[in-house]
Amino acid sequence: MTAGLLPATVIGGYLGAGKTTLVNHLLRNAGGLRLAVLVNEFGALPIDADLIEAQDDDIIAIAGGCICCSYGDDLTRALLDMTAMDPPPDHLLIESSGVAIPSMIVGTLGLLPGFRVDGTVIVADAETLCRTAADRYLGDTVLRQLRDADLLILNKIDLPTPRALADTCDWIAEQGLPRPVPARQCALPPEAVLGLVPSTTQPVPDPAPHAAFETLRLTPAAGCDPQALARRLTDPALGVLRAKGFVTDLRGTRHEIHIVGARADVSARATAPADGMVAIGLRGQLDTAGLNDLVTAPAPASAR
Amino acid sequence: MTTTIYRAARILTMNPMCPEATHVAVRDGRILGVGPLADLATWGDYELDERFADKVLMPGLVEGHAHAMEGTLWRHTYCGYFDRIDPDGRVWEGLKSIDAVLDRLARAEAALEDPDAPLPGWQLDPIYFDNRRVTRADLDKVSATRPIGVQHASGHILNVNSRALELAGLLRTGINHPGIPLGEDGLPTGELKGPEAMTPVAMHVGFDRDMLACDARGLRDFAKLCVRAGVTTVTDLAARLNDDAVEMMLRVTGEPDYPACVVPLRFFLGLTAADLIAHAADLKARSTERLRMGRIKVVADGSIQGFSARLRWPGYHNGAPNGLWYIAPQHLSEIYHLALENDLMVHTHTNGDEATDLVLDMMETALRAHPHPDHRFTVQHCQLADTAQFNRMGKLGMCVNLFANHHFYWGDEHYRLTVGPERAERMNACRTALAQNVPMAIHSDAPITPLGPLFTAWCAVNRITASGRVQGQTERISVDEALYAITMGAAYTLKMDHEIGSIETGKRADFAVLETDPTKVAPMALKDVPVWGTVQGGRIFPAGAQ
Repeated sequence: MTAGLLPATVIGGYLGAGKTTLVNHLLRNAGGLRLAVLVNEFGALPIDADLIEAQDDDIIAIAGGCICCSYGDDLTRALLDMTAMDPPPDHLLIESSGVAIPSMIVGTLGLLPGFRVDGTVIVADAETLCRTAADRYLGDTVLRQLRDADLLILNKIDLPTPRALADTCDWIAEQGLPRPVPARQCALPPEAVLGLVPSTTQPVPDPAPHAAFETLRLTPAAGCDPQALARRLTDPALGVLRAKGFVTDLRGTRHEIHIVGARADVSARATAPADGMVAIGLRGQLDTAGLNDLVTAPAPASAR
Repeated sequence: MTTTIYRAARILTMNPMCPEATHVAVRDGRILGVGPLADLATWGDYELDERFADKVLMPGLVEGHAHAMEGTLWRHTYCGYFDRIDPDGRVWEGLKSIDAVLDRLARAEAALEDPDAPLPGWQLDPIYFDNRRVTRADLDKVSATRPIGVQHASGHILNVNSRALELAGLLRTGINHPGIPLGEDGLPTGELKGPEAMTPVAMHVGFDRDMLACDARGLRDFAKLCVRAGVTTVTDLAARLNDDAVEMMLRVTGEPDYPACVVPLRFFLGLTAADLIAHAADLKARSTERLRMGRIKVVADGSIQGFSARLRWPGYHNGAPNGLWYIAPQHLSEIYHLALENDLMVHTHTNGDEATDLVLDMMETALRAHPHPDHRFTVQHCQLADTAQFNRMGKLGMCVNLFANHHFYWGDEHYRLTVGPERAERMNACRTALAQNVPMAIHSDAPITPLGPLFTAWCAVNRITASGRVQGQTERISVDEALYAITMGAAYTLKMDHEIGSIETGKRADFAVLETDPTKVAPMALKDVPVWGTVQGGRIFPAGAQ
């Protein structure tokens, strides 16, 4: 059951890549969602002054009901505090420190009751990534961070020369990493980063249009195999960065599906809105026909 | 203006201008003079105190790397392999089998009145039980209804019973976490490795308190342990020092009979470099005679036995992947720059040699930008440093505080498993540090190993491991060098050598009062020199009276 579980996104990447810019961007464009943000330290998160409503020692209240907490070196306790919040936030962002290994934070989340890991977003600096990855002290740490990415944001694409940018993209491909989402100042549509926050009462809304992204609304056939469908949606060839929706399996049980890049999450739901699914991808990269075929195909015999 | 002159069997001053004496004069808590009685009598009226006539006085010992939580841990059940003395002077016999551990836990369990109260234990070390692991079934025999958790000596592993797992929601199948081994039934075995796996359960077994913090009772107990060990100045090396903690520490250390000077270092985590510097500067200004604040502690990497230290090629002997950074290089650099600029001292934890390289690189750059004639930034632990690194440390004006005790407790493990023979032989290379002119201290890291500078000196002198092997014969130092390291050496790394660390005119009247002369016993008996107690700021604290 995902009802009552707080979806959590881990935002990782080395210092200066744009993690904080991304957090600010998401806070500013939360669209009525109550976001909670955990950061290692406040000072590194220069939240725009107009967003701040009140500040305490460890908590900043942000316009729109969002909050930001610093966790210092006690992430577990901060996470447990988060589950006790009333009313609960809609989505949790955890900004990791510049040298943290995000999968370790994901591991911690998996041990605590009350969370659903929504995915790991790694922000990389298009201008300095290759240099940092070759650094004697940092190379292996940065590579481990990149390998944890469900969604890889290549930020500051306006800074390198086109040739250098191409080289960086080639290097990313050579490492077998997910195809990066290019960005300037991490200005991505929130739904591409956060997914669409689960709701038991509302159908999946149409995201706002965005020049660099496109959205595809899918209508899955009833009686599908949710696990198999979710797995197949992570095929890189389909170009799905994010997908979310509700489907019904052969026994009539309702399921919620979340896709973040290579990560698929399926859980049964006692109550769910009408079947439907929304997929988000980079403009021109979503395989519309392939996706429609996939969701309308009957479940394979093995799943019956 | 009373002057008291103490006569002692022998006074080892650690002051080369007057290395030994029979009398020391104390006035207003400070040393008026040291030498023959006739010389001291020239200061005027005095009271001759003969109570130390058959004792040996040394400068009060200085522990340059300990944690005040040693004082709070004693409220938990001691499960260690080695005999250890608690703050009240009781010797807790070392437990030589898992059954003995379970037996002691069962006795502690029987003494608990509240049926739901957790039962925490500490200092378990299965290395000495042929690595047979403690399981939740073992601990369930102690109690199946009360949460039980026993922390390992390394601090990196926690063993818990079924009830504890249940309370944390982890007594279930389907757990996929590298720090949580599963049994054949698919359920956790009860062993939790690493902070990520330990923390969610630790709070249910009585380790809920912030382990870096210390309450008033713990701080008093910590000082009792100091008196037993001959220590008059002790660090608390990773304190958060929030307002409440500072108020408490000022109050407790200010009590008239508080027997030690505490030097807490502000831990770097959770603050920007600029905020950290501002806080440290503010704390420095609030320091008192017995609470010295204003220094900063940074942690660069993890631990060698936890495979989280950052090693250079060829890495871990067993092929484990390289460890973790706990601070980004830019962040470390920023702290060094700002601290040098603001004349604040930074001590940096490194275990692996790659972490030490990073510290040296960042320090060199920061020093070029902010030259400082006498910064004494200190590398703490620094266990794997080689000759070239010590040489650089010396050139940069850095100090080192080596983890001599570690060599005894885990040297065999490092030889066999973590770094292999050659690097294990040169771990905590005291001889090389001194040869490269690096001011050096040695430490216990209490509670990781027991507080006791004479034992620490014994470790550095003999380099014996727990199995009885001499590991790294060429890195042994002399008894005199080791005694210097636990007095003047540690005082120097804290930039307090002008006021403590030796017995000479003007310094604080801090003495370790010993029953025998540590320079006259066999080096192998150094750890067995009995401590009568201490004199701190002229106040007398017999260990037996606590």
